[in-house]
Amino acid sequence: MHLLTLDSIKKHFESQKAVDDISFNVDQGKIFGLLGPNGAGKTTLIRMITGIFYPDSGSIFFKGNPFNPESDARKIGYMPEERGLYKKMKIGEQALYLARLKGMSRADAMANIKKWFVKLEMESWWNKKVEDLSKGMSQKLQFVTTVLHEPELIILDEPFSGLDPVNANLIKDEIFNLAKNGATIIFSTHRMEQVEEICDKIVLVNKGKKILDGSVHQIKQDFKENIFSIGGNIIPEHLMTHIFELVKFNPGNILVKLSEETTNNDVLNYFIRQDVNIQSFNEVLPSLNEIFIRLVEDTSATTRKFEH
Amino acid sequence: MNKIGIIFSREYLSRVKKKSFLLTTIGVPLVIMVFYALIIYLSLSDSDEKQKIAVIDEAGLLSTITDRPKSSTELVFIKNESEASFLKKYKTDGYDYFLYISNDSTSKKRYHLHSSSAASLTTMSDIEDLINNAVRNKQLIANGVDPQFFDKATAEVELENTIDTEKGARQNFAGISYAVSFGCGFLIYMMMVIYGTQVMRGVTEEKTNRVAEVMVSSVKPFQLMMGKILGIGAVGLTQFGIWIILLLSMQSILPFLFPDLMQQVSSGAVEGQSEKMAVVAEVFNGFSSLPITKIILSFVFYFLGGFLTYASIFAAVGSVVSEDQQEAQQLVFPVLMPIIIGFVIMSKAVNDPNSTEAVFGSIFPLTSPIVMMGRITYDVPLWQMATSMLLLVLSFFFFTWITAKIYRTGILMYGKRPGWKEMIKWGFRKS
Repeated sequence: MHLLTLDSIKKHFESQKAVDDISFNVDQGKIFGLLGPNGAGKTTLIRMITGIFYPDSGSIFFKGNPFNPESDARKIGYMPEERGLYKKMKIGEQALYLARLKGMSRADAMANIKKWFVKLEMESWWNKKVEDLSKGMSQKLQFVTTVLHEPELIILDEPFSGLDPVNANLIKDEIFNLAKNGATIIFSTHRMEQVEEICDKIVLVNKGKKILDGSVHQIKQDFKENIFSIGGNIIPEHLMTHIFELVKFNPGNILVKLSEETTNNDVLNYFIRQDVNIQSFNEVLPSLNEIFIRLVEDTSATTRKFEH
Repeated sequence: MNKIGIIFSREYLSRVKKKSFLLTTIGVPLVIMVFYALIIYLSLSDSDEKQKIAVIDEAGLLSTITDRPKSSTELVFIKNESEASFLKKYKTDGYDYFLYISNDSTSKKRYHLHSSSAASLTTMSDIEDLINNAVRNKQLIANGVDPQFFDKATAEVELENTIDTEKGARQNFAGISYAVSFGCGFLIYMMMVIYGTQVMRGVTEEKTNRVAEVMVSSVKPFQLMMGKILGIGAVGLTQFGIWIILLLSMQSILPFLFPDLMQQVSSGAVEGQSEKMAVVAEVFNGFSSLPITKIILSFVFYFLGGFLTYASIFAAVGSVVSEDQQEAQQLVFPVLMPIIIGFVIMSKAVNDPNSTEAVFGSIFPLTSPIVMMGRITYDVPLWQMATSMLLLVLSFFFFTWITAKIYRTGILMYGKRPGWKEMIKWGFRKS
């Protein structure tokens, strides 16, 4: 089931097309990656999903119905990239305030705050002010205030920036937990290694247009270049062949690119006939980072669609 | 609507709970009151101690002076001494001052006052009066007029004004009306500027802290703006309320501090022996002749109307500026202009409450809160009051409608500040 559907969304500002005809679906209970370089239109897109902006044209559907910012805001939690909290406010009061603005009752909000503060070891912070917190601590608080009201859709814009590895892992585990319990997460970032680890599906936007859409696995398959890593006692004399091209040579390990008609078995047969002892043979898939850079740098940016 | 309530209570409580709020609300008027009480006290308990002045009157000028009842000085005439010889002795003889009047009418230093330390203004003017009277008397006598007759012939009229309304005549205490009107106008001016800029700073803070984005994903920008404006307005009203309570309690405490004074006021016997006491008593009579309830209610209305109208403009300005304070200053100036103009008209209106400027200023909604308060103690025609109030309410709706749109766009815009033209374009575009 699609929790969220964007259908040819357009948003123009005075000088530029911030979002130019973007459509995609976000599945319930999945972690969805919204990727793109700076200025690609990610934030504008998110602001339309959270009801801060209205699209110029196109429509947004939330749980099958047209998105209504008024009533659906309660079901969405949004953590913007530029973190913001009231500096002079006490942490406990701040969390309570934000939760109540989402429509929670005071009692429910208090119960959830207690639960989260215990879980993230923040109980002792209650009476501190935000201005007294370190960057990492206020990051944690911001995360808690985002998920406090048990939103069905959680939108996190660069959630790990400024966090040390320990706290980043803590938050990452919580994100997985939330998804496991049925929440849908949109994860906006330009840090590809995190995306590979966390996201089920991604959309890549650049200059206001969608240039890639699919599952992480599928995208890697689509962008693979028939490159294999072969481990074994290989010497340069063995490489005089036309069935593959050498990409990289290390003693004991080589990277090769197979030519179009060559199958894996052709390569293995070839080495067996050469009497080389093969220790490993596996395909090397491109990292999302490589795909990202290749697509974004490719200014002609022919829109490629990968249906799922 | 409920969300406006939550925002309202945060904005209100976070300000009222601050120590600085208590300090300015209770401390400042208390200090002023103690100050005035001290002045009243000092002027009532006038010291009887008189300055002793040694006089060498070679011209015989002061002989015409016989009666000096209210003087703070006592003259001691010294004989058989010259200026030069007595100058060395007057301090050791126990005089603070030594007045020398020369017989030589061409001398520059014909009248001269020596003193051990700088003479006070009252002493100086006292002695100047003395000599002036003496010179006048001498010339009157020279022309065959009896100085005592002259004193009787000099008129000292005090004009009393009563205002004849349908409810009967009441006495007009022009001085008190003037002071209260000006005070009210000034207070509303101060409060509008102070609380208006608080709204602006609050909005800018939310924007630069980037809380705004979190907030508007939960509430509508309009709710955020209204919650803040109403919350801060309520802080202003609370402050005003506390001041009224302080004022009333002061009025009930005063009789205990100055029992005889209050007795005089209540019995209407202002003809007491001390003239200063009579002045104080008249001030109190003047206060009680004012329509206090009407003044307080008008103040609340005009503060709310004026504050709400301006606060939405201040909020819009706050939403477009970033950290740069100088930028804010530039944008605030055109907003402050009508407030300042209102203040200028008000300070004229207290002198001439029915002039064209005063009437216009008290009806035009951008100046009416200040100017109308400046006319409040004078009887303002009902139609002017009604028009002024109606226009103020309408202007509040108009400005809120426009500025809410500027605010909504501005609060999420970072980078270059938009110009006035662009802001006005935002304000008038649809939805």
